[in-house]
Amino acid sequence: MNKLEFSFCGADLTALPSGALWFAAERLLCVSDLHLGKSDRIARRIGLMLPPYETRATLDRLAMDIGAFDPDWVICLGDSFDDLEAAGSLDPEDQSSLLRLQAGRRWVWIAGNHDPGPVDLAGSHVAMLRAGPLVFRHEATAGAEAEVSGHYHPKLSLPGMGRARACYLLDRCRLILPAYGAYTGGLSVTAPVLQALMQRRADVILTGARPVRMPMPRL
Amino acid sequence: MAGSEAQPGLPPVLADWFTRQGWALHPHQSDMLARAAAPALLLIAPTGGGKTLAGFLPTLTELAAGGHQGLHTLYVSPLKALAADIKRNLRRPVEELGLPIRIEDRSGDTSYTQKRRQRADPPHILLTTPESLALLISYEDAPRIFAGLQRVVVDEIHALAESKRGDQLMLALSRLQGLCPGLRRVGLSATVEDPAAIARQLAGPAGCEILNADPGPDPDISMLVTAERPPWMGGGAAYAIPAVLDQVRAHRTTLIFHNTRAQAEVFFHNLWLANTDDLPIGIHHGSLSREQREAVEAAMVAGRLRAIVCTGSLDLGIDWGDVDLVIQIGAPKNVKRLIQRIGRANHRYNAPSKALLVPANRFEIVECVAALEAALAHDLDGDPKGPGPRDVLCQHILILACAGPFAADEVYAEVSGTGAFAGLTRPDFDACLEFCATGGYALRAYDRWQRLLLRDGRWQLRDPRAAQRIRMNIGTIQDTDTVKVRLRGGGKPLGEVEEGFAATLTQGDTFLIGGQIVRYEGLRELTVEVSRSASKRPRVATFMGTKFATSTQLSARILAMFQQPDWPSLPAHTAGWLALQREVSHLPQAERILVESFAHEGLEYTCFYGFAGRNAQQTLGLLLTQRMEVAGLSPLGFVATDYATLIWGLEPVAAPAALFNGADLRAGFETWLAGNAVMKRSFRACATIAGLIERNLPQARKSGRQATFSSDILYDTLVKYDPDHLLLQITREEAMRGLVDFGRIEEMIARSRDRIDHVTLDRVSPLAAPLLLEMGRVPVMGEGRERIMVAEAERLLAEAGIADF
Repeated sequence: MNKLEFSFCGADLTALPSGALWFAAERLLCVSDLHLGKSDRIARRIGLMLPPYETRATLDRLAMDIGAFDPDWVICLGDSFDDLEAAGSLDPEDQSSLLRLQAGRRWVWIAGNHDPGPVDLAGSHVAMLRAGPLVFRHEATAGAEAEVSGHYHPKLSLPGMGRARACYLLDRCRLILPAYGAYTGGLSVTAPVLQALMQRRADVILTGARPVRMPMPRL
Repeated sequence: MAGSEAQPGLPPVLADWFTRQGWALHPHQSDMLARAAAPALLLIAPTGGGKTLAGFLPTLTELAAGGHQGLHTLYVSPLKALAADIKRNLRRPVEELGLPIRIEDRSGDTSYTQKRRQRADPPHILLTTPESLALLISYEDAPRIFAGLQRVVVDEIHALAESKRGDQLMLALSRLQGLCPGLRRVGLSATVEDPAAIARQLAGPAGCEILNADPGPDPDISMLVTAERPPWMGGGAAYAIPAVLDQVRAHRTTLIFHNTRAQAEVFFHNLWLANTDDLPIGIHHGSLSREQREAVEAAMVAGRLRAIVCTGSLDLGIDWGDVDLVIQIGAPKNVKRLIQRIGRANHRYNAPSKALLVPANRFEIVECVAALEAALAHDLDGDPKGPGPRDVLCQHILILACAGPFAADEVYAEVSGTGAFAGLTRPDFDACLEFCATGGYALRAYDRWQRLLLRDGRWQLRDPRAAQRIRMNIGTIQDTDTVKVRLRGGGKPLGEVEEGFAATLTQGDTFLIGGQIVRYEGLRELTVEVSRSASKRPRVATFMGTKFATSTQLSARILAMFQQPDWPSLPAHTAGWLALQREVSHLPQAERILVESFAHEGLEYTCFYGFAGRNAQQTLGLLLTQRMEVAGLSPLGFVATDYATLIWGLEPVAAPAALFNGADLRAGFETWLAGNAVMKRSFRACATIAGLIERNLPQARKSGRQATFSSDILYDTLVKYDPDHLLLQITREEAMRGLVDFGRIEEMIARSRDRIDHVTLDRVSPLAAPLLLEMGRVPVMGEGRERIMVAEAERLLAEAGIADF
């Protein structure tokens, strides 16, 4: 696996090609915005029947990363479920894959705007979490320090790259993770909200076969 | 032409009116009237042959006496503008004679009130498009709207029959036939290579009677000879501008056709720079805003323009009046389309049309001469149409569900009675129905949220509110994703560019649209904002456009020409070029494949002359470079034209036969195909038509993009978890015919049967030289490119002075 190591607020971290974050000192794997059950919610709400495999695809990817690192902790950084009802109607096969992933490690569901309340699944449910020097929460807050968050689904397209890739965003105070779920769109890092959120000196780490770090494009 | 004596079947009031206009019926118009009772009839007539009147005579005759209640005749054409034009022409006799006939048109532009009124109280003659008709049959009150319908007239059926719009129309007609069993069908077509195939489209597998109008005199068609030699490559034909302006000056009105919108824009721009006499010249193509197109059309009809630079958007039927010359810039690629375009000149029956071909480059001289010979020999080309596309059937099933509960048996009977779907098996039909009802996934996930439910033996929408969303997404036209272009500060819309093109722009870039140079300012809510630019030269050439592949028949003619001992019909410089190619290498032959290898400026080049058309040569480039990557030949890129694929890389290709073997190509194709970008594009189109992806949403689109995600993700997921899904089957079928065009590769393999001539040269061959200058190079994204990207990121980091925080 091609990984990219970087330091952030005194923590040595690794960006994985899948969009997961590995924090070796704490043996902690963090993923954000899984949006499990998205196709179920879309069918329920607007009647479109998208290929109902995105939960399976997301969990298969997560199983690869967990298999590679055997973390003690897995942090799901919010919007793990597309909504609370979708969390309640996971396919039995997906439920048992999830249980297998959870076995033998601590599992934390951080609340997101799509899944604000506790879900009826194993693992602890918290609004935020501290690990080492870092604080983990779903959505970036003003004036935060050493904060790891998700929520925005940042992505970036470079000339000649073809399709946009999901990416991490990084400055001295903040680390924003890409969306990990299979059916998740993205928000371009050139969007005003992300331009305003990140400090002047910020970097992008592109996901993909080989994570690549580069300066964040500025408007 | 017949005299003014009474025409059998024509009511005296109409006959007198024709006489007063100084008109007499053409024989084919009388024939149409005599066969008014036929259940289906196809008329083949050249442009200007009075096709439309022939189609409407029986209707006017039947309605002249009055007394008909409700809709009598439905007229369907591919263009809204055509329907509006016909409405004007038909209303004239009706109003002058005070006939009791109400004529209205209906399209996306018709007002909401007008549409409501048309449903409540339909006119006698309704002029519409396939999409508006599909929408009409989706209403619960469709049986009442169409009660009394006697005739349907399908205009320009040859154009509709080439696309899914025609398939959708024929499915809609199968429903109308169910509602009105006595419905009579008439098709009006330009000259085509296989009229019987069109007749089967119109009337079902048994076909129908075909009437042929007198084709008129042969066109006066030639190649434009200029003092300046055409360049080696490129499609702009800028060299011909002075000669084209001379022609415009010498004629009343000239249509200047281009194969792509981009070329039309560039040519129009250059034409204006050279237009020192300020001749009134306009531009017309499908990417311009409706307002702009309408302004040009109006100026044209009023005779205020001396020339229009245009694309296929002017291929069809509106009567432009006084056109006396058609100029085709660039090789016509397809003889049938050339003939139909030429018909735009002298829109009067029995006068020869005058046309000039302008090759854009040296190779196109060969193509133009081949096309000229084919046109004079009346040798039209065309590919047989495949079976009816099932994504269109899925949409039809959803449309029927909007109208009310239906029985599967009845719909299957209707659908398999159409020409396109005659071969559709019941299991195939059931799979489409299943897709509409449950998604058709191997994983049964949607039992609670099915779109269609079976109640008392009839299928119906689970949630009737879904009908609104289905209706909003009716249609099969796939605009590639385009974004509107408008002047910053609330200016008027200028037109559209492809989203992919918009993404390549940065602030300050200048490009051409509607003949003016504009400066890119930014993207705002799916609209490209621009300002006027004083720059003389656009920095970014222009936006992409569809590229047609040279037809199989025309390619065969070119290959046959190569085998002549000499070329008296070609200009001396072009004949000399081919002779030199014959001397230093070979000229390509139909039954063998020529492969040339040479080194040039430090890279190893290999050129495969397949003559399989642009799309297939492109596919060939993707397949061959993939095999070269595996073989360690480090290909870096390729470029494809209609006749060859040129590949470059770091290592010479010593044994191309091993790469090019037909059986291996076919085997590699299946695995390669799954991950291909072209497949994803085809999937997007099929999934949209079949109703899996919605183009239009009830509320305004959300501003952030977090809620939307690419159809590529759906495609990848299906390939991985449900590879036999219906939509993947449809996508494969589609891509093989269209963009991937593997059919043409099969044709190439069949004629060459792995007979390969490999020539190694110490320099570039005459035939390959132009390819080195060709635009549209495709990079190969191999290991080498990944390294280049990492190096680029490192360079940027170093430049920004950042190593780490």
